[in-house]
Order: sequence, then C-alpha cells, then structure tokens
Amino acid sequence: MSGLLEVSGISVTFDGFRAINNLSFSIGAAELRAVIGPNGAGKTTFMDIVTGKTRPDEGRVLWGERSIDLLKLDEAHIAREGIGRKFQRPTVFEDQTVAENLMMALKANRSPWRVLFWKPASADHARVEELAAQVGLGEALTRKSGELSHGQKQWLEIGMLLAQEPRLLLVDEPAAGMTLAEREQTTSLLVDLAKTHAVVVVEHDMDFVRRLNCKVTVLHEGAVLAEGSLDHVTANQQVIEVYLGR
Amino acid sequence: MTQGFLSKNPSVLIFLSALALFTLVITFLSNAYGAELISTSMVKTLGKTLCLCLIAIAMDLVWGYMGILSLGHFAFFGLGGYMVGMWLMYARTRDIVLQSNAGLPLTPQELSDAIASQIFGVVGTSELPAIWAFAGSLPAQLALVLLVPGLLALVFGWLAFRSRVTGVYLSILTQAMTLALALYLFQNDSGLRGNNGLSGLQNIPGLAWAGQDRLSVWFLWASALALGLCYLAAAFTVSGKFGSVMRAIRDDEARVRFLGYPVEGYKLFVFTLTALIAAIAGALYYPQAGIINPAEIAPIASIYLAVWVAIGGRGRLWGAVFGAAFVSLVSTWFTGGRAPDLNLGFYTVKWVDWWQVLLGLSFVMVTLFAPKGLSGLVDLLDGLRPPQRRGAPLGPNEGALQEREAQE
Repeated sequence: MSGLLEVSGISVTFDGFRAINNLSFSIGAAELRAVIGPNGAGKTTFMDIVTGKTRPDEGRVLWGERSIDLLKLDEAHIAREGIGRKFQRPTVFEDQTVAENLMMALKANRSPWRVLFWKPASADHARVEELAAQVGLGEALTRKSGELSHGQKQWLEIGMLLAQEPRLLLVDEPAAGMTLAEREQTTSLLVDLAKTHAVVVVEHDMDFVRRLNCKVTVLHEGAVLAEGSLDHVTANQQVIEVYLGR
Repeated sequence: MTQGFLSKNPSVLIFLSALALFTLVITFLSNAYGAELISTSMVKTLGKTLCLCLIAIAMDLVWGYMGILSLGHFAFFGLGGYMVGMWLMYARTRDIVLQSNAGLPLTPQELSDAIASQIFGVVGTSELPAIWAFAGSLPAQLALVLLVPGLLALVFGWLAFRSRVTGVYLSILTQAMTLALALYLFQNDSGLRGNNGLSGLQNIPGLAWAGQDRLSVWFLWASALALGLCYLAAAFTVSGKFGSVMRAIRDDEARVRFLGYPVEGYKLFVFTLTALIAAIAGALYYPQAGIINPAEIAPIASIYLAVWVAIGGRGRLWGAVFGAAFVSLVSTWFTGGRAPDLNLGFYTVKWVDWWQVLLGLSFVMVTLFAPKGLSGLVDLLDGLRPPQRRGAPLGPNEGALQEREAQE
C-alpha cells in the first residue's frame, strides 16, 4: 500500500517511560482516520513525532510520493511539506486580528526576504475573507483574536489550518468546547476535507468518532491495539478491556 | 513604500514631520546657522540623542516586536564607532605627520611608522596592528562599520538561535558577548589602544575649516536623516506580514514553526538587521562624542538601552524613540550637576548621586503600573483601547516636544 504518510516501527522513551512502542501507522492521500485511546496512550506524542517536535529513538517516518524522511527535517520544514496541525488547546495569536492570523497562515513563500516584501494580492484578501466566512468569522475579520470566544478560537485555528493548504491535517480534539451544532458542522467539514486530503482526528468523544464514520485506530500504551471500523474495534475484547470497559 | 504605506501608517508621517521640524528649529537656533541661542555642545548632545533614538529603534525591533531581550546591542553600537573612529584617528594623524614634515618627502613606510608611533605611543608600541590595514581608506572603514558588527551578529546569532537558546538564557549570552568584547578591547594589545580608546574623533580630517559649530549641525542632520530613514524602514518591516510573523514569534514561537516559518532564520535576520542599525547609530554617535573607549560597550550600556525602551513603551517604534530621547536627556540633565539639589532638611538629595536610584525606581514603577510604557499613557489620554497599536498619532509630536523643551 502506498500511503501519503508511512510511519513504521517508531519508539520513543521519556526518562525510561516508553511513550511510543514500535508503532506503525499509514494513511492514504484522501482518507479520514480517527485515532482513539485512553489518556497516556501516546496520541499526542505520535503527532509530535510526525510534526517534528519530538524525535523518536528508532523507526522511520516517510512522507509523500518521493518518500521523504521526515525525521531529518525540522518542524517548519515539515509544515512546509504539507503537514498541518491543530492543537488541542486553541493556539492563535491573540494580539493580532483574525485577518492577520489567517494572512500569516496563508500558503505562500515562508523565507524572511520574500515575506518582507510580500504584498497581499486581491486574491489573497479574497481567500482570507472566504476562509473567515467558511469558519463563521466573516464579521470578525478586524477583531483581535484574543477577544474571541473559546469556540471561535477553535474555528479560527481550523481556518488557519485550511489556509495553509496542507495535504495531511492532524487535528487534536476538534470538538472540545464546541456546542452540538458546531460539532455537526465540524464533522461535515472534516468528512468533506477527507475527500481530497488526508485527515487524522484524535478524539476522546465516541459519539463524535461515530459521526465521522471512518476507519479507527486504537492506541494503547504507545502501540496500535486494533484498527478497523468503529464497530469492528469496539467488538474487540482487548479494546473493551483497556478503554471502553472502564 | 508608496503613498499607500504612509496613509496606512499616519504615525510615520507625523514622526518624520516632527523630526524634520525639530532638526530645522535646532539648525536655526544654532551658532553656525542662526540665532546662536543653542550652544554647540548642546547641538552635539541633541545629535547624540538622535543616535541613541536610532539604537532604541533597533532594540524595539528585536525586543519589543520579536521578544528577544538582547542585552548586547551596544556591542554593535561600539564596534560601529570604533570602525569609523579608526579612520578618523588615522587620517587626522596622517595630516598632522605630513604637516610637521612640511616639504620633506616621506616614503610610505616612514609615513606609516610615524602614524603608528603617534597613535600607539600611548600603549607603548609603534607598530600598526593588522586590523588597521584599511584605516587609511574612508570607504573601506565605512564598509567595515557594517561588516564587522554585522558579521559578529550573524555568527553569534547563528550559534545561539540554532541551538534554540531563548528567554533569559539568551539575554545572559548577549551580556556575555558584550562583556567579553569590552574586556578584550581593554587589553592594550587588542590593537585599539586598550582603555585609552580612540580620541579626537570630533576633528574630521579635511573639514577642519568648517569648525565645530558647523560640524555639529552637519552631524545633527546626518543623525536625523539616519533616524528618519531607519524609522521608515523599521515601520515598513513591522507593518506587513513580516511584522505579523515577528509578533507571532514573540508570543508563541513553537506555533509559528508549525505554520511553516523558519523561526531561527527570522530571529537571525532581525538580530543582524538591528545590529546593523546599531552600528550605524554608533558610527554617527562617536564623531559627536569625540572619544570612544571599551567602557562604552560594558553590559550596563545595553541594560540602559532596555530601560529606555521599556520606559518609552516597547512594541511601538515612536515609543522607543520617545523613551530613549526622554530618559537620556533627563539623565544628562540630572548627572550634569545642573539639577537643583533637593533639601529635605535632614538630608540633601544630590541628583548626581541619586539619579540612578530615581531611574531604577521609575523603571520599576513603569513596569508595574504602565507595562506599555509612557507611550501607553497616550492611549489612555486618547481614550483608545490599549491593545490598539500604531493608533495613537499624538506620540511623535510629544517626543519631539520633549526634545525641544529639554534644550530650552
């Protein structure tokens, strides 16, 4: 299988604690995947490794058609390769306006010289407005993002993620702090995106995962415990023991 | 930088107008070109103040906008001064040697030896150190004004940022850099006359006919021009997406990395750029001061710089300029011995001794009660909400007013 991202046999140890233990994972170019697992199963560490924040002790992470070794690249380079990440806690630049946040995230050359003399074209302004409208912040473009509500910040961050035009989206607990209506909106957005992108959603909320209606990977103690449809994994005796049965 | 840029940033236009007005007023009150109401030494003080405003802009870019608390920018300022000082001293000594040998032809070797023994007699050698190789050429030394500090900033920044040293550790590193440089220059065999430093820099070779009265005004113009141009360049830098990225790095650099921006590259870029601004400021400052010695790049100078910017208000350019002008002029007044003593009955406060305490106290007060600095108070006066940046056009006027008040 030729996936967009191929993670094979990675392990990482923090002070003797094995956070990731011989984990392998693969996702195609247009696929939606939910990653679930109890606290401490290694979900966030897994994302840290893929985005370059943490270096694994062993294993390989290969990316794209040319099988680029992501472990040799730094965070910024990996992001430029097309891996976008949305954090669990919304992290937007609170001192700056919604438009500035989106403009910064917009896909463009990232080198200092080019950015210094970069001028937004009318197409860029239009794209920012379109993105803002898409995440329901069309009226809030000139507001400081620090003034937004928690849910709006979540949306802004999703907007920034979209602005980057990544090929793979790593989304950490997108539904946290959202109302029921917003969750449904998020679900349809993610399902929609997965038609053309690879999307990995880390989530605690089983109802949310069920609505995504996609392949599920269950992590436990840093390794894959089960993989398949939600019904398939929830029928798995081990999964019930470590996660669902509690 | 089109009209669109200025109309979008009205404070830049106001600042530049205020600066031009200030320069004109001083010119027409000077000994050389006008009413002879301002002494030449006061013109020099004001010219030097403009140079300090210039390095304050550099500090504001690197600290206020980018969040790198550099406590070593006076190293670049001093190096810029040394580089221009080498030419000033060499060329002037050459003129003197040629004059005293009037009529007698000298071989280049004899000339060079005579200059060397004149300059370095004070540290007990008569050999011209290798670093003075280009001292005879003004264009070469002017190029070195930018090259030497720029290269130091580039190498230091590359090493420091690459290993992701941040926060207080980086501040300590920059302190160590400037301290090490100062200690090195204090040595007689460092080739820059040890603790004697370079002197007589106020005498510009070839311009002796102009006299200090006129020279002081010319340097005021040059300093104002440099300040204006750098202000414009700095305003341009912080106004666009680059400015967004700078502030984003200040607030959450890890997040900026995940957006794909090479944070270390940006830090290195801004650190080196501001080192160049500091070097230009230094190169204009020391011909007005007349003397430079290694004490000028001691860590305390860079700490003062941080205090000026903090008191003026970091994160806005005119705030930094205002802080540097205000604090350094007030400091000149207090330490100049002209401030009246404060008689408390049981104790007489002599400001020369107590100024440092007052400055320290006001720094603490500003940090506690006006974290946006004195320029933040303008926001309150205007009824603007504090988070609004570049939105308070009153400031530059006030900065310029302050300077005019101080000289009257």
